[in-house]
Amino acid sequence: MKDEVNLRHLAPAQPDDEPPFRYPDYKSTVARSPEMDPVRIVQTLSETTGPGLAFSELAGSDADLTTNAGTGSAAIGERIIVTGRVAGEAAEPIPGTLVEVWQANASGRYVHWREVDFPAPLDPNFIGVGQCITDGDGTYRFITIKPGPYPWGNHPNAWRPAHIHFSLLGPSWGSRLVTQLYFEGDPLLPLDPIFNSVPEHSRHRLIARYDHDVTVENWALGWRWDIVLRGPEATPVEDDR
Amino acid sequence: MSMPGLTPSQTAGPYFSMRLAAPGENVLASDAISGERIRIDGVLVDGAGHHIEDGLIEVWQANAGGRYRHPDDGRDPIPLEAGFTGFGRAQTSFEDGSFHIATVKPGAVPDPEGEPQAPHLNVIVQGRGMLRPCFTRIYFSDEEEANEHDLVLGMVPVDRRHTLIARKVESSADPTVFEIVLRFQGSDETVFFSF
Repeated sequence: MKDEVNLRHLAPAQPDDEPPFRYPDYKSTVARSPEMDPVRIVQTLSETTGPGLAFSELAGSDADLTTNAGTGSAAIGERIIVTGRVAGEAAEPIPGTLVEVWQANASGRYVHWREVDFPAPLDPNFIGVGQCITDGDGTYRFITIKPGPYPWGNHPNAWRPAHIHFSLLGPSWGSRLVTQLYFEGDPLLPLDPIFNSVPEHSRHRLIARYDHDVTVENWALGWRWDIVLRGPEATPVEDDR
Repeated sequence: MSMPGLTPSQTAGPYFSMRLAAPGENVLASDAISGERIRIDGVLVDGAGHHIEDGLIEVWQANAGGRYRHPDDGRDPIPLEAGFTGFGRAQTSFEDGSFHIATVKPGAVPDPEGEPQAPHLNVIVQGRGMLRPCFTRIYFSDEEEANEHDLVLGMVPVDRRHTLIARKVESSADPTVFEIVLRFQGSDETVFFSF
């Protein structure tokens, strides 16, 4: 039986590139973080397999957030294209994987029953959610509205920079990623404790860059953001020359 | 070759339920799926003892035969069943932090030595105030002997293992109900893993 199991060990996690569990400047982390260090376990099939492939097969594409409210009218705001490649650490593309997104509208307002404090308008033509499946090259592509910044209660005069929430399951349980895309040049980035919880050397990996090659003339500006998921340990390449 | 570096994690925030954990995603198995029908009744609690009203609980499990739906698990003698991916997710309740996972009890999956692991659900906890995924497992109190020999449980300090074992509600049947508290901080903090 054992021969029919392919236990592909994941490359080591990189906790030094990640935010800490507890980051007091982001106040909610104080009570919502583990106190004890994680217990190190061996990797078994439970960790090296994962639901990404099976779950993605069931999903369809719904990648145009400017029209997917289904009202027949387009959402209000700055139309943008957000695209990039999903790859593993050895730069191998990850095709066929589901990318799920949610975001605020152009005014910085979410379509969620708990958002009641911020007096910004809802847009009846924008629901702020979408998904797509990466193509054979690992590429995802969304058409959406540039989200607005919005205030939150973390500290006086606190504003979240514009961001889009991303969720990917990836090929293994260890590759699970929930994160946020930010926009290059946003003046709120240096003031945001959630963004700044990421160590300085890896923060840039969360920032989408303006890309004129993605921009479509007379239609929408383009932003590029590549995503790298934890993957199997690289197999040594044999030199057979 | 320069490595691009892993994309760091960020919190799912308070509004992930716009997209994730839609109603019904917490039901992994319809009545047509074979196995012992179980339900996990859980609650997510923070370090101050308050329930967490906007947590995301995700589950990955083998089917009742102990096989994962994944290309790396090619044990063909154990059939896969259409309609069962082994993945589910739930949002904790705004009112009381509770969550419910309806599924079938997973079978035994081999460890790296080929020995059976005790039946378990693989669990990730995320949500507002959580900057990174917290990995854990849920084991079952009525699998005492299997738990005793489980490789991963054996790596957990003896006095913390109970935090990973859901307690069977003795009066329950079809589904068998198991209860667990997932807790941050304090002496009964849930064991979270790195691997």
